[in-house]
Amino acid sequence: MALIDLANPTRFLAMVDRLMPWLVAATLLAFAIAINQAFLAPDDYQQGATVKIMFIHVPAAWLGLFAWVLMSVAALGTLVWRHPLADVAAKAAAPIGAAFTLMCLVTGALWGRPMWGTYWVWDARLTSVLVLFLMYLGVIALWRTIDDQSRAARAAAVLTLVGAINVPIIKFSVDWWNTLHQPASVMRLDGPAIHASILVPLLAMAVAFTLLFVTLHLAAMRNEVMRRRVRIMMMRRAEAAAGS
Amino acid sequence: MSLGPHAAFVLSSYGVALAIVAVLVSWILIDRYRLRRTIEDLEAHGITRRSDAASEAGR
Repeated sequence: MALIDLANPTRFLAMVDRLMPWLVAATLLAFAIAINQAFLAPDDYQQGATVKIMFIHVPAAWLGLFAWVLMSVAALGTLVWRHPLADVAAKAAAPIGAAFTLMCLVTGALWGRPMWGTYWVWDARLTSVLVLFLMYLGVIALWRTIDDQSRAARAAAVLTLVGAINVPIIKFSVDWWNTLHQPASVMRLDGPAIHASILVPLLAMAVAFTLLFVTLHLAAMRNEVMRRRVRIMMMRRAEAAAGS
Repeated sequence: MSLGPHAAFVLSSYGVALAIVAVLVSWILIDRYRLRRTIEDLEAHGITRRSDAASEAGR
């Protein structure tokens, strides 16, 4: 099947139906391995067992950001190429991205209390991630506010592209400003600053979270295609009722 | 395995993550169930999409 064939929603649904059982199985297997590794990982010499919070906090943060990048690419697909599945992908990704960002904020607060002595500080990293979460809520609200789906898609695409400015701000906030949040320790030019005994479980959990994201996103896209079919069928029913 | 003096924070983090994933999965499954029922209900009343109607007419 060529990539262009997936522009046809019927073919896309058939592909998702075929892939879904394999994705669910791969996600469950990946989580079984990753959670086992996470709880077998040694405690950090300074942070003790609270380092285990990192195994969910960091992948959640990565996917919260990744979902916005995906929505930005989809926004270009809507505004420039008018790909029929672009706004479906963007709309389906927003609540999932919001959920991962919320997970990042809450687990970060629960990690911050024993390590920093506070659940929250208004430093650049924490504040910019909170702004990301609020922008997700804004995009979701925009989709629900405008009844015409093609107009909603264009408005949400513009808001998404404007909000994409926040993605590099989040990434580099710890370098540009003096923050309580630690600087990057995995994605660094000079390589990860974490010992392999902790890095390997973190990467295993990142793989599991990514598989979960892909599975949920494809399932939510499938629902969105079905929702549009329902809307068309409702319109046909209304037309038939008006004609009789 | 001991989680030390901050066990409550570690377990709460995993609990919150599990709860958020459970809500996401439930939302997607319930949404799919409702949409399928609506489509089946509409089809039972003879309402089809234009592409379905066109393919039936072409047979």
